[in-house]
Amino acid sequence: MEITPIPGSEAAAPSPLVAALQREHPEWVTDVIVAFGEITIVVPREHLVAACLFLKIWPESRFDFLADICGADRGVEEDPRFEVNYHLFSTTKHHRLRLKVVLSEEDTHVPTVTGVWRTANWHERETFDLFGVIFDGHPDLRRILLPEDWQGHALRKDFPLRGYEPYSLK
Amino acid sequence: MGLENIIADALPEVLTTRLDSLVNWARKSSLWPATFGLACCAIEMMNATSSRNDLARFGAEVFRASPRQADVMIVSGRVSRKMAPVLRRIYDQMPEPKWVISMGACATSGGVFDNYAIVQGVDKVVPVDVYIPGCPPRPEMLIHAVMMLQEKVEKESVRDRRDVPEEEAREAVPPGTLPVTDGSTALKEALGSRPYTIASRHERRRSS
Repeated sequence: MEITPIPGSEAAAPSPLVAALQREHPEWVTDVIVAFGEITIVVPREHLVAACLFLKIWPESRFDFLADICGADRGVEEDPRFEVNYHLFSTTKHHRLRLKVVLSEEDTHVPTVTGVWRTANWHERETFDLFGVIFDGHPDLRRILLPEDWQGHALRKDFPLRGYEPYSLK
Repeated sequence: MGLENIIADALPEVLTTRLDSLVNWARKSSLWPATFGLACCAIEMMNATSSRNDLARFGAEVFRASPRQADVMIVSGRVSRKMAPVLRRIYDQMPEPKWVISMGACATSGGVFDNYAIVQGVDKVVPVDVYIPGCPPRPEMLIHAVMMLQEKVEKESVRDRRDVPEEEAREAVPPGTLPVTDGSTALKEALGSRPYTIASRHERRRSS
């Protein structure tokens, strides 16, 4: 799995927080991207919930605030195609971190972090609605932004911008 | 159903100009809007009712929260596909006579949002009488639109039937079709002569 860092980033000199995390649990940090003053670590899917819970409780980090979960579609020909980004913030230490989980097109299942941060409930519903990423263990995974009977996932790159048909009253 | 329909049916040869002008004066001087502020244009609609640009001078005294007490629906803001059936339901709950002002570029034509989620013009959902351009339009433009609507109301007649069900409006847009704008006529013949948008009922007037 090749992650190309953003040009200008230094994957070999992460912040002290990431270095400490790599010492504690090296299998959780597949890759580190530092760019534009932001730190991103790529986490494998099976360790996601454990890493989130650890980052929330660990006195070094205390990421008690999940700011956002957003999905991304890298393109129809990319492999892995989808990624899910978790934006973490600490209200006590005022530092930020991004966790990234990359998924291929065939297997878009990710374990839910609703048990760690309750706000993930609606953010994961949004990611499911717009990208089709399925969160295992989510208490109520259904569409949140698009109408309930909508077909398709709207922010995928192969979904036409204007949709499939114009609106009609019927 | 009211006195005007009875007159129109029973006495088709009677001219109703004085009654028309009285009824139209009453209607245009007390157009009470229904609050349908959806997005940013709602801010300018609020501005139009505040003290600097006072819409109440023109009769729009109160914005009724209940559609059952409103005369005109000012659709201000973009209408998403999820919201469109709700908007139609609110429009259906308004009693006759009723008018629609489509405020802003998004309500008129979809605005900058030419995508899967936004209805490209609220006239796909309800019949519109006055369109206002702008993003957002100035409050003075909304006041001008209300005045245009008042001029339109003045030209009506009590002899126009309003309680006829609007089947042809619902037939207006066949799903899965787009308007043909390249000058070809083949698809036009296939579609028939149905209009792409819902025409306002106030356009269909019996010539008196």
